[in-house]
Amino acid sequence: MGGSTTRSASWPDLPEYLVSRRTVLKGLAGAVSLAAVPELLAACGQGGGTTTTAAATGGTLTVGSYQSDPAPKQGFAQVQDAFSTANGGTKVTTNTVDHGTFQDQVTSYLQGTPEDVFTWFSGHRMRFFAAKGLATQIDDTWEKVKGNFSGAFAESVKGSDGHIYGVPVDYYPWGVFYRKSVFQAGNYKVPTNWDDFKTLCGQMQKDGLIPLALGDLDGWPAQGWFDILNLRLNGYDFHTEVLTGKQKFTDSRVTNVFNKWSEITQYYNPAVAGTHWQDAGTMLAQKKAGMMLIGLFVSQQFLPLGQDALNDLDFFAFPQMGTQYDAENALDAPIDIMMVSKKSPTLNKDLGQAKAYLEFWAKGSTQLIAAKAQGLGVLPTGNDTDTSSYTPLTQKAVQIIKNAKRITQYFDRDSRPDFSGANGMQSFLLTFLKNPKGDMHALQGTMQQFWDSLPPEA
Amino acid sequence: MAETTTSSDPAAAEISAAAGPLVLRRRRRYSLLTRQDKLILALMVGIPLAFDLALIWGPTLASVVFSFTNWQGIGAITAENFVGLKNYATLLGSYIFFRPAFLHNLIWLGFLAFVATPIGMFFAVLLDREVRGTRIYQSIFYLPVVLPLVVVGFIWELQYGATNGFINNAFGLVKSHHVIDWLGDASVNLLAAVVAASWRHIGYVMVLYLAGLKSVDPTLREAAKVDGANERQTFFRVVFPVMAPINVIIVVITTIESLRAFDIAYIINHGKNGLELLSTLIVNNSISEASLVGFGSAIAVVLLLVSLVPIVTFLVNVNRGERA
Repeated sequence: MGGSTTRSASWPDLPEYLVSRRTVLKGLAGAVSLAAVPELLAACGQGGGTTTTAAATGGTLTVGSYQSDPAPKQGFAQVQDAFSTANGGTKVTTNTVDHGTFQDQVTSYLQGTPEDVFTWFSGHRMRFFAAKGLATQIDDTWEKVKGNFSGAFAESVKGSDGHIYGVPVDYYPWGVFYRKSVFQAGNYKVPTNWDDFKTLCGQMQKDGLIPLALGDLDGWPAQGWFDILNLRLNGYDFHTEVLTGKQKFTDSRVTNVFNKWSEITQYYNPAVAGTHWQDAGTMLAQKKAGMMLIGLFVSQQFLPLGQDALNDLDFFAFPQMGTQYDAENALDAPIDIMMVSKKSPTLNKDLGQAKAYLEFWAKGSTQLIAAKAQGLGVLPTGNDTDTSSYTPLTQKAVQIIKNAKRITQYFDRDSRPDFSGANGMQSFLLTFLKNPKGDMHALQGTMQQFWDSLPPEA
Repeated sequence: MAETTTSSDPAAAEISAAAGPLVLRRRRRYSLLTRQDKLILALMVGIPLAFDLALIWGPTLASVVFSFTNWQGIGAITAENFVGLKNYATLLGSYIFFRPAFLHNLIWLGFLAFVATPIGMFFAVLLDREVRGTRIYQSIFYLPVVLPLVVVGFIWELQYGATNGFINNAFGLVKSHHVIDWLGDASVNLLAAVVAASWRHIGYVMVLYLAGLKSVDPTLREAAKVDGANERQTFFRVVFPVMAPINVIIVVITTIESLRAFDIAYIINHGKNGLELLSTLIVNNSISEASLVGFGSAIAVVLLLVSLVPIVTFLVNVNRGERA
């Protein structure tokens, strides 16, 4: 991407052969409901906007936010102020809840007395609550702002009923992050295939570096490794199918994922299961570790070290594994969205403000405020985003998503939450990491047995 | 109540009856309580009872009902949601996290009962001897009980961190690259968590036991001394038996604390990878994004049944004591 190009140039011009692929998938899409982001069909829910409340100024608005980390929280507050100023002094009350707690309690939150607008994820988890009647469709708002989003984003906020339930506000790719100065000092080259990757890990270990940083105390970071290895080795279709129960975890293709994974587990830092991802990120920032598979948001951990450290941060796409699926260039790139709740006690009064607020979030300038507060650890989604302030890292992040023919949201957003959680896949992956050369068939059997024991998804 | 005692006096009854109608007067003759007394009593019993029913028995019974359903927290429960004993069959049969969780609760109980509780009692006995600065020591040992959970979690993370924690650094394990993964190694993290829990439990037991010790009649000790008993004999032969009611309370508290152990394991890693506990399973299944309310309730019912054992034992014990 040239420096002057805006983001609008990125997604719509995807290879043509995708059309047929997606058309085939389309039949499945409703049930599969895995957000396949590179979506060519620009058609976004034209379903009748039954509620046609116009955006309103002044008044009040309540917002439920999971942006509890300091940097995003600050950016969020700046957006509220900007909105209030721009919208005739709307009094915005934000209720910030710890990110994990918010996620854990979302079901009861949305059924109780939620705020008018709330922060959430696109894809499977958005469609689930929309289908349960716990979100308000915002087709009329989307009509006004959809020109600012590529078709892929439009698809990511569409419910199973074809209506629109959210506005995408940011997204971020996952990749292998490293410090350029570390690679220069060690004379390391960015690996493009699995063997080079392993050789590089070995070299770093010899040089006294931790080759790969991983902090899996919270359980979800290891899922990123499963995602990318499964995508590279077995392709997008198999990955999405196994995460939704249409393929079995006992499949030999899953065995292959664990076997390949076990070839590099020796290169992780010690105490993987007892380290937070933030501390692993700090190992990378402090040049104790050479590489880390993580989302762009890792730049949060570089912020305290200053702009020089942030400029030193770089990443590369996960190396190719020598399969036919390498060409998909698939990766995890979760999209965060803002939604309007259904059961908010103040919604009758505030619906106009809520829609004005979502319209405000649909602007690249708004999204940029929030993204900049996080050191551009997330990317704005709007086409009209001013990219002149984008760092090379940010531009690269945009580019890697543009190159991807298949995009997933992340294990815990693409699968059912009762399977992917602490007493589920998180535990199974920790079991694997404890003994990577152990009996994979037994472990895979446990996974499948656990999946089979779950009730039909409500 | 002063009125209650006076109303048995015929003269007083006459006076108060003068205000009321004749029918009531006759009835009141047989009652020790005035109408106002009855109203107050009814309120005093009724309000807590209503709260008890609404806040304790209601949810408990709801949990029992939920445990027979596959309800996932959204919408109404219909006849189709009732799945009989399926949740229990899954739980006791194929649910791989149940056995470890149950075992971890037992280990937790063993550690609190045989290590933490005796230490707390020992501290209480020491502090009962009027050592200098006893109040300061009491405050220090009791502090963990009143600290907010977030702070407790933070303090122990500073101790246990693999590369940046105090313990591994103090013993030079970080330098020698032999770190002990206190929080992530499934063979040690339960111990780490139960030590952190003990840190709170010791203070709790200490304060309870100290209160008990203060109430022991000092003449008993003097008598024991006169009879030539040494300190140890005085404690084990005289004080300890006199403290029987407190001892029972401490046993029950220790048992219940172990069965409902939750916070520290949950703060560390949401109760996985060696830290599974019955309570964390309940939360992870029913109060999390997973929303398996029916299944989580079945675990809760099992925990309730297990908890009933010490509670019933305790109540039987107390009642027997009162009757004797």
